[in-house]
Formats: sequence, structure tokens, C-alpha cells
Amino acid sequence: MTELHKLSIKEKLKGLKDSTFSSQELTESYLKRIKKLDNKINSFITVLEERAVKSAKEADQRYASGSALPLDGIPIAHKDIFCTEGVLTSCGSRMLSNFISPYSSTVVKNFEGSGSVVLGKTNMDEFAMGSSNETSYFGEVKNPWKEDYVPGGSSGGSAACVSAGLASGATGTDTGGSIRQPAALCGLTGIKPTYGRVSRYGMIAFASSLDQGGVLTKTAEDAAYMLKTMSGHDPKDSTSLNVEVPDFVKEINKEIKGLRVGLPKQFFSMNLPEYVERSINESLKVFEKLGVKIIDVDLPHIDLSLPIYYVIAPAECSANLSRYDGVKFGYRCEDPKNLEDLYMRTREEGFGSEVKRRILIGTYALSAGYYDAYYLKAQKCRRLVANDFKETFKSVDLILSPTAPDTSFALGAKTSDPVEMYKQDIFTIPANLAGLPGISVPCGQHQGLPLGLQLVSDNLEESKILRMAHHFQLNTDWHKSWPELD
Amino acid sequence: MSEWETVIGLEVHVQLATKSKIFSGASTLFGSSPNTQACNIDLGMPGVLPVLNEEVLKMAIKFGLSINANINSPTQFARKNYFYPDLPKGYQISQLDNPIVEGGVLEITLKDGSKKKIRITRAHLEEDAGKSLHEDFEGLTGIDLNRAGTPLLEIVSEPDLSSPEEAVAYLKKIHSIIRYLEISDGNMAEGSMRCDANVSLRKKGSKKLGTRTETKNVNSFKYVEKAIQHEMRRQIKILESGKRVTQETRLYDSQLDETRPMRSKEYANDYRYFPEPDLLPVVLSEDFINSVKDLMPELSEEKEKRFIKEYKLSDYDANVLSVDPNLSNFFEEVVVRSRDPKLAANWIMGELSAFLNKENLSILETKVDSINLGNLLSRIEDSTISGKIAKEIFEEMWNSKKSPDEIIEEKGLKQVTDSSEIEKVINQVLEQNQSQLEQYKSGKVKLFGFFVGQVKKASRGKANPEQVNKLLEERLKE
Repeated sequence: MTELHKLSIKEKLKGLKDSTFSSQELTESYLKRIKKLDNKINSFITVLEERAVKSAKEADQRYASGSALPLDGIPIAHKDIFCTEGVLTSCGSRMLSNFISPYSSTVVKNFEGSGSVVLGKTNMDEFAMGSSNETSYFGEVKNPWKEDYVPGGSSGGSAACVSAGLASGATGTDTGGSIRQPAALCGLTGIKPTYGRVSRYGMIAFASSLDQGGVLTKTAEDAAYMLKTMSGHDPKDSTSLNVEVPDFVKEINKEIKGLRVGLPKQFFSMNLPEYVERSINESLKVFEKLGVKIIDVDLPHIDLSLPIYYVIAPAECSANLSRYDGVKFGYRCEDPKNLEDLYMRTREEGFGSEVKRRILIGTYALSAGYYDAYYLKAQKCRRLVANDFKETFKSVDLILSPTAPDTSFALGAKTSDPVEMYKQDIFTIPANLAGLPGISVPCGQHQGLPLGLQLVSDNLEESKILRMAHHFQLNTDWHKSWPELD
Repeated sequence: MSEWETVIGLEVHVQLATKSKIFSGASTLFGSSPNTQACNIDLGMPGVLPVLNEEVLKMAIKFGLSINANINSPTQFARKNYFYPDLPKGYQISQLDNPIVEGGVLEITLKDGSKKKIRITRAHLEEDAGKSLHEDFEGLTGIDLNRAGTPLLEIVSEPDLSSPEEAVAYLKKIHSIIRYLEISDGNMAEGSMRCDANVSLRKKGSKKLGTRTETKNVNSFKYVEKAIQHEMRRQIKILESGKRVTQETRLYDSQLDETRPMRSKEYANDYRYFPEPDLLPVVLSEDFINSVKDLMPELSEEKEKRFIKEYKLSDYDANVLSVDPNLSNFFEEVVVRSRDPKLAANWIMGELSAFLNKENLSILETKVDSINLGNLLSRIEDSTISGKIAKEIFEEMWNSKKSPDEIIEEKGLKQVTDSSEIEKVINQVLEQNQSQLEQYKSGKVKLFGFFVGQVKKASRGKANPEQVNKLLEERLKE
């Protein structure tokens, strides 16, 4: 019974249904692991012990009465960006370090409705700004594979906790790669669905036109279970898509023979480390054996993605973060002298330096006289990138690339060089700009650190990328390995 | 003074009369205790998102159609960024490019009866902010966010207005339209209609616009007139001393009757507008716009024309009675009963208006309703009472809320039309005024009026005047 955390969601559901173990036992085993191991990796900001046990008991009752819900009794964790009623929702910031949310996000409610047990709220880069989980007010998160290495970010807490076996899966958000990059760096499967597939209501905004909720799990099959639960139209989010949600779990078993995978030449002409290229090439061989066709493709404007992103995301964040002014909720500086002092010191003290950097960049990009040159131009270029994908998906089903340029890096290695840090998301950002679904799947290791490959499909084809990832995992073992923490 | 020409453009903020807010389900009711009508969305809680209330689209389209403007589709919302404690998100959701209404014309009637066309640049939707309460909290500011998220339609005119009087006529016209369309209660005291005035001066005949100032948040017709007058005087003084007007935002202080510059903290120079990513551009289909068209009521101009044609009212009367939809409805309700439109118009614009004004009441608060007024007037028409008696009865109706027939009955005010009754009074009068009678008979025919007056007096006004004339004439010929 000590290995309950190694079971897949499917196996857990079966065990719960067959009364091999109860949700309370499962939940308590996770809580025990969190107590034992999380002081090493700092993946949780809040652990909801009592609440978790209570919902586990309720789940057990539903199993006993034969009225079990789809994910009943499965212990998961939420990134601390999802508002949870009555619970601290900090977004990794001092600014919200005292914010007990008065309401729950749609994602949190969807999981509640599916019977999942919430173990706690996971650590993250402050306001989801970062690629290493080093900007959190609640301390850096460590990579379970190597403790002085970063887990990636911004959903670094979610990645580290699932990777360490402290939750069956965890929600995350992905604005420029914040699910896929940490998934790659922690040896997980991480999916960012199509923009609008998952409601953003109650998901604290960083860059509204790019933010999208998703999940980090051990396997593509686990991801299918969780994504099915969290997706769907939400009238509270005007950008939410009013389309049917496929049964991702059923769909993943369909064969992948005949699917065409495109390799963007722009992504492979960079100077990637030899072991990154090798892992991709070996993965391609696996896909070819399964009957997938590999084709070189051209995405001519893809190189613009990073600069486009670093205009649009900061611009939107500069407005989204204006509400943190010390007036209504959250952090407020001591003894403000007047209104201006209240604003200035609250924001000076409440925000960390990366957040401030982006607010400044965004404010500048939207300023009179600069708007056309930066924001407007970036929006036009964003359209070009989206069109590149649209064009390419006429001849291929998916686009494959590494998820990140390298394996995880040492804590502190990139903190003094923001641009180096921003380059972490060079492969993931284009999908956010075009609103497309993307997944990262473990595809190798180098010096004990995981590597990931990314698959991006056309809009609303999450089933296709999940199916590809699932079949890859049926034929590889990278997703099966666990970091040695105990 | 005459050397200068005033150029005025107005921005009018109209609170739309929706039940719930523009982006949330919270109620828009006025006057609740602070912060009881602000939900998580209005408070700008982390993670909340706006959802557009479809009613505001219909209301804005109604306004657009009433001024023959273009309805833009898709219409786009934008964020207007500035920090202020009563602006919960640190930005206001407004519109910049592709406002819902663009390019319309509105006709105002000036005091001399002439008409002038005023171009409307645009009308866009936005959310109202909360209120900062500086009284009651010593050294602190209270924030009431009940108003935050109330839908506003901001109507921006071209600088086509050239006097404070025209500005007021324009505002009154907008006030009339929004109430005809039932898109706002137009209650200025509660801030349902507020106005910013852009004022500049230029040498007469010059084509080039002078430097303008913007006077913010003036909330009554009277104050708009006074604020503009003050701004004109101030700018003339500056220009005539050879100095330049500073382009700035000013505030009208009604107590001191002056405008003064706002502190720079109270407004921002660069709002850093950008398209609102939380709301997709709104596509307004032909069908949708047509469905709104079907809801359009008869507007004041059409009504004015109809009143002239159908009721043969004078241009002036038709204009006065058609400006306010409640007044025009009242008028038509009276006409249904009294059948003499001219008489109804005279009574409404005369007696009734005087009583309303005296007690500062609106037509909706009148103490004599249209049914009773109609019945009163029909008693004049069927000669039950004279016009003079009717005025007495009206006052009694106003104070007691009784029907005219009740009062006529109670007080015995019914007009005397019985010839023998009137003849009796005439005989009595002639008997009592022998000397005047002799003078009349010796040729002083002017005294006829005297006798009429005496008869009326003796009958306490109840004698039918026409009959009095006729019978008196016959009697005096004898």
C-alpha cells in the first residue's frame, strides 16, 4: 500500500470502486508524503489537510452508495492562481499573501463537481511570471529530480508536486509555456488546451488573451481524465468556447497511424544541445514505427514569437495588475501618508522585481506615442504567426519540437539575466500566440534530468495530441520513472 | 465682447436604466447603503471576468437609430487605464475604436423657435466608477462601489454649439430623447445624466479652433449654462490680455460659480487604451438591429409634427408639449376626454404647469390626473361651468384630489343656463342700478359691460356668459 501514489488515475478509480483502498487511505497517504517530502521541494503554499480528508470521506460514502462521481476521491492539487472559496489564494505574491478568496473559480468548482479531493494549493512564480519558480514570494520550488535545480515555471509547484508523487495530478496555467516547460523539466505530461477550452473565471489573470488553464500529470491518460473534468463552456467567461467537449479518455485509444507530424525547420536550425536533438530523433523513430509520417515544415514568422509575446503579455499584465492597489484587498503598506504614497509603497513592497519589470514594459508599450510601434505591431505580427500555423495545418496534423531548449538548470543560474530566462519559452510561446493546444511529453533524460517533446495541433484537437502522447507512452518508459526522494 | 465666438462641444454621460450592471448581475438600484450592491466582479476581485449585459446594446442602438447614426458591427470594448480608489480594477472598460454608435445628427430648437442641427461624433458604452466619499470620514476617504459597473452611454458632440443657451437646448434634447426611448430615467439630481463641456474661443470669422478647456461633471442644466458662461468670461479675459488659454481639465464649483483646474491627480493624461481582451468584439447582426428598430417609439420630432397636423396646435404649443414624453402622454390622455386640443394645451401649459412649478413637481407627480383634467375641460365644453369657475374648481381638485363633478355638485357651481333664472338676475341688477340704466338709455352704451359684470357678480359667476349677453341686450332694447 505504500506505493498508492504510483498508480495511474485509472488504476486509482478502479481501486476505489473495488474497495481495494478508500479515498481516505489514498488521501492520507498523499498527505503523509507531503508532510515528509515537501519541506525539501516547497511545492505547496497551502496544504488543506482537514478539508481533503473531509472530502475523501464524502467520496467514500458516494462509492459505498453507488453514486460515485467521475473523479471521485482522486487527490489532486490546484495551482495557487485558481481562486478557492475560503482558502488563501496568493498567486505566489506578497500582494495576495493575505487574500482569502470569497469565491471559487470555475475550474475549482468543476473539480469539486467531479468528486476530486483537493490536497492543497501549489507554489508558483509570482502572478505566473517566470520560467523557474524562483519569483515566488513563498520561496523557490526545487526540482524533485535534483534539488538544487529549478522545476521550471510558472506552474513549478504543480510540476514538482506531481513529479514527487505528492498529488495524482495538478492544475496549472500556461501563458507562454507555464504548464509545458515545467512538465518537461520535471518529467511529466503537461497539456495546455485550446484558448477558451477551459474557463478563465476565477483564474487570476496575467495576460488575458494568452492565459489558459490545463493540467500536469504523470501520463497522457491521466491528463485526459483531468482535462475532461475541467473543460467546458462557461457563461461567466466571454472568451470561453461554446463547443462540445470530446471524451478525451475514450479518444486517446484511437490509433495514430497515418497522422502527419511537421518539424518546423526554424526550431531545428537553432544550436540545440546534442542530447536534446538526439532525444527528439529517437522519439521520431518511435512515432515512425507507429505509422506516423514526418514532414519538414516552414513557419516563417515563428522567430518573432518571443518579442511579440514580451510586448503583448506585459501590456495586458500592466492593466490586469492595476487592481492591486492596497485599497480593497490584499497587501497594504503600513501608514500611508496619502493616496499616492498608498499606491506607490503598496505596489513597491507587494510586488517582486519580475512582476514590476513586466508592468513597466507593458505600461511603456501602451503609452501614447509608443502604442503603434509596440502593441499594435505586436498584434499584427501575432496574426502572422497564427496564419503560419493555419497554413501549416493544411498539410500536417501536428507540429513537433522540443518543449524547452535544454534540461532544467541550477537555481539562480538565470535570475540575473531575464532575456536568458525568457528564452526558456521559445518553443512554447507560439502556441499561446495562436491559441492552439500543446502538450509536453517526457522523451529522454540527460544527467538525471528529464527532457520533453512538444506536440501542437490545430484548434480544438486536444484529442489528437493526447492520443499521440498516449501511444508514445505505450511504447516508451520515460514517463514511468520517478525521482528518488524518499 | 462681440469680437469673440464661442465653440462648445459636449460629452454627456447617460446612465442606462438596466436592472443589472453592464458587466455583472448586481442590481443598479440607486440609494442603497454603501457597497451592498457590488458583487465580486464590481469589486474587481482577482480572477473575475466581465460578461456584457445585452440590454445595454439594445439601448445604445435605440439611441443611435434616434439620431440616424451608424451602428458599428463589430463594436469593440477597450480598457482605459488610470488609478483612482473608486475605480476597482485600475481600468475602466470603455470603447475607443469602433464605438457602438458613430456619426449622428440631432436637431435643437432655439428660443426664437429656429432649429439648428448638431452633429454627434459618437456614443459609446462604458462602466461607471464608484463614488469617493470625503465627508463623514475625517482624514480618510470612504469608497462606495454601488455605482461601479452601472452602464453609461457617453454621447460626444462635434463642437457645433456656439452659446451656453444652445448647450442647454442640446442637453434638453438629449434628455428628451433618452426618456422617450426609456433608456434612462434622466434623473440629473441622482447623476443619471452628467456632462463635460469643452469650451474654446476664437476670433469671429476665424476657422481655426482656439485652445479648449474641459469642464468636468456638471450635473444640471443650470450649472452647464453657468459653467460655460464662466469659462467664456475667464477665457476672454485671458485672451484680451494677450495671454494664452491653457489646455486643461477644470471643475465647476456651483457654490462659488466658477471653474478651476482639477488637480493633476484627479485625471490622467495618458489612459493607455487597448482592446479589452476579456470581451470579444461584439457582432451586431442586421436581424438584431432590426429587432431593436421595431421597438422604437414615436420620438418628439414626429410627435411635434403630428400634434400640429392632428390637433391643429401652434408650432410653439406642439414643441412644448412634445419635448417631454410624460407631458405629451398626459396631453393626449386629456384630449381623449375633452375633445378640444387647444383648450387642453392651454390648460396644461397654463394652469397645470403653474401649479406644478409652484410645488416643484414633475408631470408624473401631478395632483390632478389626466382623467380629472379631461373631465373638467369637458364640463367647460358642455357649458356646465364657465372657464372662470373651472379655475376655482381646478384649485379645489388640486388640493382635495376630488373629481370635478363632485366639486361642482358639492358647491353648487353648476352654470345657470335657464333663461328665466338669468332674466331674474338681470331684472334685479337693473333695479338696483337705476341711474346707470338711465345713462345707458340716454346713449352711454359703454355701460353695457358694467351690467354684464354686475350680472356675473350677482350670479356668482354661474350665469352662462353668452346667455347673459344675449338676454341683457334684449332687455336693454326694451
